[in-house]
Amino acid sequence: MKVSKTNKILCLCALVILTQVTTTLTGTQYYLTQLTMAAYYGLVVIGLGVLMGYAGQISIGHAGFFAIGGYISAAMTTHNLVQLQDTPIISFCSQMGLLMERQDIYGDQLLTFAPWAACVTALLLAALIAFFLGIPVLKLKGHYLAMATLGFGTIIYRLVLATPLFGEADGISEVPAFTLLPAIGSLPPIMVSGDFGLRVINYYLAWGVLIIGMILLLNLIDSRVGRALRSLHSSEEAAEASGVHTSGCKVYVFVISAVYAALAGVLLTHYNAGIGPSEASVMKSVRYVALVAVGGMTNLWGTLIVGISLTFLSLRGVFGSYDDAVFAAILIGVMLFSPAGILSLRGCLLPSKQEIAPAKEENL
Amino acid sequence: MLELQAVHKKFGGLHAVNDVSFSVNEGTIKSVIGPNGAGKTTLFNLIAGNLPPTDGTILFQGKAIQGRKPHQVAARGMARTFQNIKLFHGMTALECVMVGCHTQSKAGFISGMLNTPFARKEEKAIRQRSMELLQLLEIEEFAEVEATSLAFGQQRAVELARALALNPRLLLLDEPAAGLNIYETAEISRLICKIREMGVTVLLVEHDMSLVMEISDEVVVLCFGEKIAEDTPENIQQNPEVIRIYLGEDE
Ligand SMILES: Nc1ncnc2c1ncn2[C@@H]1O[C@H](COP(=O)(O)OP(=O)(O)O)[C@@H](O)[C@H]1O
Ligand SMILES: [Mg+2]
Repeated sequence: MKVSKTNKILCLCALVILTQVTTTLTGTQYYLTQLTMAAYYGLVVIGLGVLMGYAGQISIGHAGFFAIGGYISAAMTTHNLVQLQDTPIISFCSQMGLLMERQDIYGDQLLTFAPWAACVTALLLAALIAFFLGIPVLKLKGHYLAMATLGFGTIIYRLVLATPLFGEADGISEVPAFTLLPAIGSLPPIMVSGDFGLRVINYYLAWGVLIIGMILLLNLIDSRVGRALRSLHSSEEAAEASGVHTSGCKVYVFVISAVYAALAGVLLTHYNAGIGPSEASVMKSVRYVALVAVGGMTNLWGTLIVGISLTFLSLRGVFGSYDDAVFAAILIGVMLFSPAGILSLRGCLLPSKQEIAPAKEENL
Repeated sequence: MLELQAVHKKFGGLHAVNDVSFSVNEGTIKSVIGPNGAGKTTLFNLIAGNLPPTDGTILFQGKAIQGRKPHQVAARGMARTFQNIKLFHGMTALECVMVGCHTQSKAGFISGMLNTPFARKEEKAIRQRSMELLQLLEIEEFAEVEATSLAFGQQRAVELARALALNPRLLLLDEPAAGLNIYETAEISRLICKIREMGVTVLLVEHDMSLVMEISDEVVVLCFGEKIAEDTPENIQQNPEVIRIYLGEDE
């Protein structure tokens, strides 16, 4: 069990390196851009996968959390604070090293929050919103939970569309690079940036984040809390009777999956140097749900592989202008033909082992 | 150990449990019997915190527990099984029992995600203990089998092991012999006595009269939500009212 988990991770690492080497040798590095983006979307999908597949709670509002991450960090790192420079709050932030000074493309002075400060704020905000949204909403079940999270996603979408700070229909552009490690000696700086020269570094950065995220979730599933989540998915009553604080567990896993989505939003926004309202749209949320469903609800590896592959194809423009329609159609197809995800179809082709049917209980 | 004082539960106009008082003494086996719809399962749900009583007090180890959540009641040392077995889909028998160890362990979200040495050590201990419980109930050979695919009697045993994993002071068993044949019933009755020997107090609801009469120290009879008798098994069998409304009707 343990060994195979480690081996799978090592295989994935090897595949990631192999892909990069191949693209370099064949001169097809342009694929790395979409692979980097796909890795960040993968982060959203695996976080949602744990929430949906293991804890059994649906969310059709995860694009909302992605947008909270992306928009908060975009707004904080682009909104010019020069005019407020002398106010006590801003000068305090400046002393704390939370600000970043640079020049915009016209050579005017620009004073904004530093990306790391924006990132921390965005993640905390997403966690906080998920927490306070989760408490009432996760009391709902099935359709009601789906509708409530859909409502949340819609609110975030309309908010970014209506708020000048968030660029309304245009979104936010000119988001600066997010420097994680400055250049040391001859080593290049490590920063989240769409710069062509940093393409390989960003590819590894994105996949590194995704793989770490994956390891953490795999650990979680196998842990005491993971078992509690799976148990409440199956029978809340029995889980409670075993001492599991089901509502608390649900809220925390919701927060974790929201933070995953928000982190993806933050990093992808810096990578793309901007974010637009379509990232917050309900269609995006539906797409994430579709990817989890196709990969297999209780199969985090399936979710990862399918999520990355389809997102990559979508980013390559394979589905053309039918993109959203393709994902919606995939969702319908999966629900009709293979509710346990396409990887489970493998099981249908092979003869399945006979299950011992439990005797039906009679109420005497 | 457990004391019910004038407990009421109304569902709309229906008095599912009506002014029921009794107590369960430490180290004993007490049974609640009564015809279908008498309110036995409802009574269990009140005690275990699944339903709030309309009125009355429930004391567990001297403290009022009515209105507490099931997981809080469980954490205080009360475990239960269900009339309709509720095992966890997609989990092995061992994993189901490991869920039962929840209150006996601490590792949270963060230590679980990081797989800290503490979490690993605890996990090992939980696994060990759960395995021992499966051995106690003589189903260790099914440890790695998916629990919901086991035979009915084995599923009951897994549920029992899961309840014991909580290290309970009081164990509530809702119709542990329902759906079992006479051999399996004898098996269950032996296991229940074994559990009592471990120092666990047992309160059970049961239809199977021979089981009740064989293992109980005291019996409470419910009918239409009201307690109509409480006595030793021998005296209950002599009680004319009980014979009339319960035994005469059901057997
Ligand atoms: N959640 C509920 N809502 C409304 N009525 C209920 C509920 N649970 C049980 N009842 C009713 O309460 C009565 C007692 O049921 P129950 O406790 O299941 O009986 P028993 O377990 O003794 O067969 C029945 O008439 C049943 O229909
Ligand atoms: Mg009942």
